[in-house]
Amino acid sequence: MSGGPCDRCEELLQDFLDRTLTDAEWREAEGHLAGCDYCARRYRFEESLRKYVRTSAVERMPPGLMAKLDELRGLDASV
Amino acid sequence: MSEPEPDTEARRIATQARDRARFEEEALSLADQVYRVARRLVGSREEAEDLVQETYARAFRSWSSYTAGTNMRAWLLRILTNLNVDRGRKVQRTPQTQPLEESDYYLANKMASAAGEAVLETDDVVERLSQDSVVKALSDIPPQFRDVVVLVDIGDFTYADAAQILDVPIGTVMSRLHRGRRALKQHLAEEALT
Repeated sequence: MSGGPCDRCEELLQDFLDRTLTDAEWREAEGHLAGCDYCARRYRFEESLRKYVRTSAVERMPPGLMAKLDELRGLDASV
Repeated sequence: MSEPEPDTEARRIATQARDRARFEEEALSLADQVYRVARRLVGSREEAEDLVQETYARAFRSWSSYTAGTNMRAWLLRILTNLNVDRGRKVQRTPQTQPLEESDYYLANKMASAAGEAVLETDDVVERLSQDSVVKALSDIPPQFRDVVVLVDIGDFTYADAAQILDVPIGTVMSRLHRGRRALKQHLAEEALT
């Protein structure tokens, strides 16, 4: 860790997108991003990556599973 | 210690049957969301189906231990993740000692340099990564990190819900989430750039 402002901004990336930064950290990140194209592009990249991961990972329930689950209704606790 | 009036007893049974039916309805309405998480926690569609069925069987048997009004989706996922751990997580390809994940800008930097760009063009994640590579990279994250990434980033659970589901402190959820996301990007970089 060299501790430069871009390294610091990189450290704040995940919490920034999760909205879990403190107010002071938020101002720090925003202040840096306003003047740093390098970090701003990486933040936008991360945001679009997260959306893409979510879309890619979602797989719908296979047909027939719902009916199988429905049949489980009323199962006895003692069984 | 008198026997309940037949009338009261009948009413109690009727109420219980109604509560149970409501519980089952609500649980079934969440099945698609439960499956979505299950599918990314295990290696195959068949395993995910089995896991979801086992989860619902257990949930329906122990429905009376669910507190009405609390987060049922989290309650179901807690059953599911416990069952998954009990199954022994068959596919454990990762070594015990994990190398440290690369930094958060790693993937973006790799992509920029691979494309010979001085700056990273934005909005090209989709162009450069296939959906298959994302799914593969997710499955390659070490399981304890993957659980958290899947719950939070795909299942939309809060840190607090994830902590409750996995029975770990919130701080652990946060550190595993951060490391898991970095591991994901590291795997994506390997997949996409080799």
